[in-house]
Amino acid sequence: MDFVDYLMAFLVGGLICLIGQILLDYFRLLPVHLVVLFVMIGSLLEAFKVYDWLIKVGRAGALVPISSFGHSLTHAALVESEKVGYLGILTGVFDLTAGGIASAILFAFIIALVFKPKG
Amino acid sequence: MRKVGKQSIIFDKVYLKSASTIVGPLEMQGPLAKYYDANYDNLYCEKQNWEQAEMQLFSDVLDIALVKANLAVDEIDMIFAGDLNNQLSIANYSLRNYPIPYVGIYGACSTSSLSLINGACVLDGGLGKYILCATSSHNATSERQFRYPTEYGGQKPDSITFTVTGAGAGILTRNICDVRLTKATMGIVVDSGTTDSLDMGRSMAPAAIHTLKTHLEDFQEDINSFDLILTGDLSTYGAKAFKELAREFKIDLGNNYHDCGMLVYDLENQPVFAGGSGCACAAVVMYGYVVKQMLAGRLNKVLVIATGALLNPIMVAQKETIPGIAHAIVLERVK
Repeated sequence: MDFVDYLMAFLVGGLICLIGQILLDYFRLLPVHLVVLFVMIGSLLEAFKVYDWLIKVGRAGALVPISSFGHSLTHAALVESEKVGYLGILTGVFDLTAGGIASAILFAFIIALVFKPKG
Repeated sequence: MRKVGKQSIIFDKVYLKSASTIVGPLEMQGPLAKYYDANYDNLYCEKQNWEQAEMQLFSDVLDIALVKANLAVDEIDMIFAGDLNNQLSIANYSLRNYPIPYVGIYGACSTSSLSLINGACVLDGGLGKYILCATSSHNATSERQFRYPTEYGGQKPDSITFTVTGAGAGILTRNICDVRLTKATMGIVVDSGTTDSLDMGRSMAPAAIHTLKTHLEDFQEDINSFDLILTGDLSTYGAKAFKELAREFKIDLGNNYHDCGMLVYDLENQPVFAGGSGCACAAVVMYGYVVKQMLAGRLNKVLVIATGALLNPIMVAQKETIPGIAHAIVLERVK
């Protein structure tokens, strides 16, 4: 972990967010369009192993944006399919993301118990 | 009562007996605070959820209008009311407690003037002595209905408007009072082909200019005869488009034009993006600011063009456009 990691995380993460912001502001996409689009792009890029490379270079900068969710879906499906064959594409697809989904539900539940929306 | 042209009506004897307004916290911090009758300093309005809060605003504003007019609920012959929620649920549910013949109307944010036009027609047609017209909107119910709940955390562009939390009501009568409803022009649905649900001001501007143009033509009216011309909730984006369209149609708006959405908040210092919107936007400005200025003798003749974006989230998701509508009424001070 050195300065270059921080810099690359900033550049890669910043670039992904910049693309999103441009799509929101100039192409008038709604936030929901953007989420779906980025998951799909992340998933597609992983199919060509591009996203794995992006994570190697950009670290958290590539892992934090929603596109890494798409990457995780494809990555897990491919890994499982290498182990157990074609069926692994279906059974492995949520392997990596299960933690993320379960914790999102858990934290959302706790926060909903504690806080009341103000607007 | 007489029809003028295809869209306009001239009323014989329709007066505003009382007008009432109630607003939420952000509106009370706005520049028109002293013109409102009541307010809540919390968006929940002492209730459990947003819909209950809006129902509280709606019921309160009816009660205030009745008290101001010194009338009991049984004396009201009919009520025209509407809001922005699915199936007009706020008006429907609130009126469980008011045994008044009720007509629910949906005109999006143009409901204030649409209900007054309906009420005036019924009154001038001789179907009663007192007609109640009311509408409400609530920022949080509208966000859920049309945009994003806060919890979703979606980014908002500068063109988005901020739904006014509040309600407004007016009681119409044939007995002479200080403010008179003299003329009206019903709008037609104007579809300018816009599809951006985050920029509704500009989707309503063509409807507003169409109604204004028709009104001036139908009555052969000089635009300078109005002390104030108000559009409902075009906001900064829509008002700019409205002014450009006016220039195109060679209508000189002069210095008397303003937009309720820009009056209701301090656009510089409040977090309201392009300005206010919602049924309550035109309602609280008209029933609050305009009526009180008329009673004080500072305004004599005002044209209110309440504007509505006939947006439906499902239609927009199916790539449909957002049609607009605008209904105009003329309020005059009785000297």
